Amino acid sequence: MTRGVTLAGRSRLAVAGARAAVRLERRPMRERLWGGAFALALYAALAIALLGLALLLLDAIADGSERFGLGLFTEKGSGFPERAGFQNAILGTLWVIGGVIVTCVPLGVGAAVYLEEFADRRRWWNRLIEINIQNLAAVPSIVYGILGLAFIVRGPLDLGFVPLAGSLTLALLVLPTVVIAAREAIRAVPPSIREGALALGATEWQTIRHQVLPVALPGIVTGVILAISRAIGETAPLLLVGAATFVTFNPASPLSEGYTVLPVQIFNYFTRAQDEYLALAAAGIVVMLVVLVAMNSFAIWLRNRYEQRW
Amino acid sequence: MQLSLPNLPSSERRPAAQAAGRLRAGSPRYRERAIKAALGLCAAVSVAVTAAIVLSLLGPALSFFGEVGAAEFLFGTEWSPTIKPQSFGVLPIVAGTLNVTLWGLAFAIPIGLGSALWLSEYASPRARRAIKPVLEVLAGVPTVAFGFFAFSFLTPLLQDLWPSFLGSGPNIFNALAAGIAIGLLIVPIIASISEDALRAVPHGLREGAYALGATRMRVTLRVVLPAALSGIVAAIVLGVSRAVGETMVVLMAAGSTPNLTLNPLESIQTMTAYIGVTATGDIGTGTLEYRTIFAVGLLLFAFTFALNFASIRLVRRFREAYE
Repeated sequence: MTRGVTLAGRSRLAVAGARAAVRLERRPMRERLWGGAFALALYAALAIALLGLALLLLDAIADGSERFGLGLFTEKGSGFPERAGFQNAILGTLWVIGGVIVTCVPLGVGAAVYLEEFADRRRWWNRLIEINIQNLAAVPSIVYGILGLAFIVRGPLDLGFVPLAGSLTLALLVLPTVVIAAREAIRAVPPSIREGALALGATEWQTIRHQVLPVALPGIVTGVILAISRAIGETAPLLLVGAATFVTFNPASPLSEGYTVLPVQIFNYFTRAQDEYLALAAAGIVVMLVVLVAMNSFAIWLRNRYEQRW
Repeated sequence: MQLSLPNLPSSERRPAAQAAGRLRAGSPRYRERAIKAALGLCAAVSVAVTAAIVLSLLGPALSFFGEVGAAEFLFGTEWSPTIKPQSFGVLPIVAGTLNVTLWGLAFAIPIGLGSALWLSEYASPRARRAIKPVLEVLAGVPTVAFGFFAFSFLTPLLQDLWPSFLGSGPNIFNALAAGIAIGLLIVPIIASISEDALRAVPHGLREGAYALGATRMRVTLRVVLPAALSGIVAAIVLGVSRAVGETMVVLMAAGSTPNLTLNPLESIQTMTAYIGVTATGDIGTGTLEYRTIFAVGLLLFAFTFALNFASIRLVRRFREAYE
């Protein structure tokens, strides 16, 4: 801590010195022009990024505005655009995401606790697990769709095209995200807390359960929310595990054939290429964006709010 | 003042505590051991997932290569697996992936890196606190939204802006709009990770340069940027693997015509889009067409695996260790 303070003090001095140097002798005109142009270019880069994302939102709102209303939530998929909505897709998303939460959170947090608290890095299998998780995080989502199709829908599990198959596929997809976020949160808990608990005679698991996990909880929750919001917006792998069929009824249970989810329903309406369906797709995008931006904002607020400095 | 113990796994950190435990433990602590084993099992699931991915791709892909030669697949220039006469040359859809990825990167690298440099070197702490979360929130925008944006906004815009002396403008489905949308999609990834790398450069380096009279631009370009290079490269590689694996944007905005070209104005098909289209169509399980999905998936997996591996190596090689 003290180091940080000295650095800040030193950097203040250095900046003051540099300022003084500037005042003593102005830099050549050319140098100042280049500096200004460079700053402007960086500013423009950021402005373009933010503008692009703002346009994306505005475009969806403008295209979908004619369809805003309760009909989006009370109507199901339909061959008539004026009577079509997203009710069955929203329910499908709820089933699928419920399954993701139930399966992915315990697995991901368990793996993170193991890797941070128990794993001995000198053992090759622990290093293998670590590199493996890094690699899994970079595997394209559609490849998880192929895995789901071959292993979950057909093959060993043979579930068929049911919401649970979608849940398991997405759970595997976001598992690395949850593990990585939970590990970071657990690592941020200072060792002194663990040592205190162990010195008082707590066992390793008691230390983790009662000291480490409660402190790491906000970080873990943030990671989980970000992972879930990714799962909600994920489309490509679900195309392969059965959500792509055009469904006009609500899913009855996680094991009933025939389901779809919100992003896939949006894609389905989009491919119909009639203006009415395009507007409906845009309205669906707005609904999804509202939900996801709210979730992500909450997650990031939570992280910044409970970020502890030790 | 706090203890600065190195952050080692607990088993290495507490020899004394463990020795004490060994002396005193009156019971074998079955519960502790069971919990540890269960947690280890959770971690092992990730390895099982990788194995399952490889297995699920390899089986059907191998039986595909039993019927179609690997050379014909990898170097053939004609891709029409579902239309007679069939041909299985994968190059056109590889070119499609390359096409979209290149245009995406041409957009995302300057924009993402520029944003990161501004946030880390130029922005006031207040501006950074306001803008960084916005970028992070927008990293969660689903890809269907980007696909819709590319089709309903970017393509018409490009068609309107296209100067007539350059010939006819972009097709209604084109690689350029999809590429830009993918670029926009990976800007938050590149910006956020690069910014972390830039901020990790120790302040002493900047101060040294400033003390020698360097301008802010020189400090940024000659001192901070090279020092953070490994992190920036990692960010870009991660962006590339997202772009290569992106499915929805290309499915919605780039069309579905296998096309051996890097021309951004034409309709193309990428590897991911082929998998998406074919798997949702009505093709019988077990047919040769069905197995092409797995062969293309295996190629895609190998592609991103190699990219990620290269990135880990690159980061290790270029990492400058400070303190």
